[in-house]
Amino acid sequence: MTAEAADLEVAKLSKFRDPRYRAIFYQIVVIALFILFVAYVSHNTAVNLEKRGIASGFGFLSQPSGFGIGIVLLMDYSSQTSTHLDVLIIGIINTLAVSISGIFFATLIGFIFGVLRLSKNWVVNKIAAVYIEVVRNIPLLVQLMFWYFAVLSVLPLVGDSISIGDNFFINNRGMNFPAIIPSDGFWLIPVALLVAIVASVMISKWASKRQDLTGQIFPVFWTSLGLIIILPVIASFIMGGPFTISYPEFGRFSINGGWSLEPEFLALLLGLAIYTGAFIAEIVRSGINSVSHGQTEAAHSLGIRGSFTMRLVILPQALRVIVPPLTSQYPNLTKNSSLATAIGYADITAIFAGTSLNQTGQAIEVILITMVFYLSISLLISMFMNWYNKRIALVER
Amino acid sequence: MKKASFIAVATAATFMATAATAATLDDVKAKGFIQCGVTTGLAGFAAPNNEGQWVGFDVDFCRAMSAAIFGDPDKVKYTPTTAKERFTALQSGEIDVLARNTTWTFSRDVNLGFEFVGVNYYDGQGFMVKKALGVKSAKELDGARVCVQSGTTTELNLADYFTANGMKYDSVVFDTADEVREAYLKDTCDVYTTDASGLYAQRSVVADPSAHIILPEIISKEPLGPLVRHGDNEWGDIARWTLNAMIEAEELNITSSNVDTLKAETENPSIQRILGTSGDLGQQLRLDNDWAYNIVKLVGNYGESFARNLGEGTDLNIARGLNQQWNKGGILYAPPLR
Repeated sequence: MTAEAADLEVAKLSKFRDPRYRAIFYQIVVIALFILFVAYVSHNTAVNLEKRGIASGFGFLSQPSGFGIGIVLLMDYSSQTSTHLDVLIIGIINTLAVSISGIFFATLIGFIFGVLRLSKNWVVNKIAAVYIEVVRNIPLLVQLMFWYFAVLSVLPLVGDSISIGDNFFINNRGMNFPAIIPSDGFWLIPVALLVAIVASVMISKWASKRQDLTGQIFPVFWTSLGLIIILPVIASFIMGGPFTISYPEFGRFSINGGWSLEPEFLALLLGLAIYTGAFIAEIVRSGINSVSHGQTEAAHSLGIRGSFTMRLVILPQALRVIVPPLTSQYPNLTKNSSLATAIGYADITAIFAGTSLNQTGQAIEVILITMVFYLSISLLISMFMNWYNKRIALVER
Repeated sequence: MKKASFIAVATAATFMATAATAATLDDVKAKGFIQCGVTTGLAGFAAPNNEGQWVGFDVDFCRAMSAAIFGDPDKVKYTPTTAKERFTALQSGEIDVLARNTTWTFSRDVNLGFEFVGVNYYDGQGFMVKKALGVKSAKELDGARVCVQSGTTTELNLADYFTANGMKYDSVVFDTADEVREAYLKDTCDVYTTDASGLYAQRSVVADPSAHIILPEIISKEPLGPLVRHGDNEWGDIARWTLNAMIEAEELNITSSNVDTLKAETENPSIQRILGTSGDLGQQLRLDNDWAYNIVKLVGNYGESFARNLGEGTDLNIARGLNQQWNKGGILYAPPLR
């Protein structure tokens, strides 16, 4: 046997000298150590909790909550019969309510100021610059305090509310306006709205096909707007006005009846939208700047008007640069909404990870649920934005 | 701040050795001071004075423990805690004792794993409103917006009271007492509710105290007292008997000014026992036999502490009421020290 052959023989015997097996071996070791670590940590936690007489488990979710919540949407809540699970759901609804409206307004503000930031008009340009620089460089918590304690709470008292018309009031307790209370037959109105929306989508598809074929432009926006307004109005006439209107009335302490927007919600919404809007404005500006000026010149030389150039030539290309960083702004806004606890808005952090935690003492469980909630929401937003990003991405043919 | 203490309790529960915990008294003696949890600032109970030193009724309890253990009332470090953080701070071992006008309830005693060592202030929840509203009774508060601090029994009592009386309210919940007061003063809400003592304390620091009235209704029992972690009974005993010694000293008319004379001259066996000239009460607690003498000499008895921080003549101007000795019409009743 030659020396080389002997070496080969040994290598065959010891699998450990094969890099493939060695890699698998090390991975198994790492995974085993990790599982051991997790097991050790959870066991230790359980033992220590038990030793200190701290009850654990998720049974507390079905216990009555016993405390009042300032802002309850879409649900019935009573401190006597509702449970900590209801508190969790209300917290989630409130967080989503402020996040979704926050994302909407932040995007609106961001796009407007991002475009204004590039304006050739010196005054407009500088106003946008000052807004962006001031807002981006002040901590959000301070801004929330500013909106809540310095702006909204110095509005007039309830008795001297600023009134717009007879039924719209602004005071330091928020905004009050007439409410629509559904009665029998109300269902047709949302159905009509849905039909209008579906019809608008179809019209827009048909219009773009027609434009491709004939080059004629159909006024999609105005047609859709008309449909969305007129169809529900017709539906309401058919059913003979299936709702009553509840007007705000002055009570002893505050305005009763009607709908109201609480100052806590308004302050949080303003704070989040204006803060995140500044970041989005910078993202939009960078996106537009990334589109070569030659594109604008080319569009102009073809005789395309200014607003069409922006909408049809610049923005679609800019979006490819805008969307990825925007994807991180939306979860940021959602997570920042947890600062609500500083200004008394009843979001999930304030009422569930705050009051419920304190009343039940189940710190680990409550924080776990809260973390899972924020994680899921952020991941959902990212998934949606990634899908959208793929849709608008440059398709190479 | 909050997140930090959540993490603290989680990590503490996670990584603490599963072996028996060392005795708190040994730990305290080894590090040379008591870590005492107090409020973030409530005039009369615990608040920093002009020189930045913590003073107040709850602070006196911490000082009394320090006097009993070290013979020096100043070996205390204070951790300001919000109502929400206080329990995690104690559970995680961040503080040794919590003296923070905390209501003794079943679930806190049993479910949260704490041991209340007694009651140092018998309180009840009340309502404060602006005089200009013209409200004379809590029964007239239907539809009001109520400012309240989160993580307190107050939130629960408030819900119970309004439901029981068939009234509606909107609650606005804040983390610290200062935020609640600010919102109340800015008229964001009509009513400020918390323990009556807290209302007196908050009223004493507003610009025009006479513009606010505290409604006559007291809607709950709020026995406030210091607490320690469950499971270290020796440490719990020291805290419990520090409080009892202060109350007993008042009952026996031992004050910081006459304690030296009494110690030298008294023939009264109760006084001799508490001041350590006879018996070995101190040693039984593993402390110096002068422990109670030090408390009275260096901090004062219960009545002196009350008068100095809360009583008539202070900004709070609270009458003794229930917090009077049992033989003078109150319900303060220390078990005998023997």
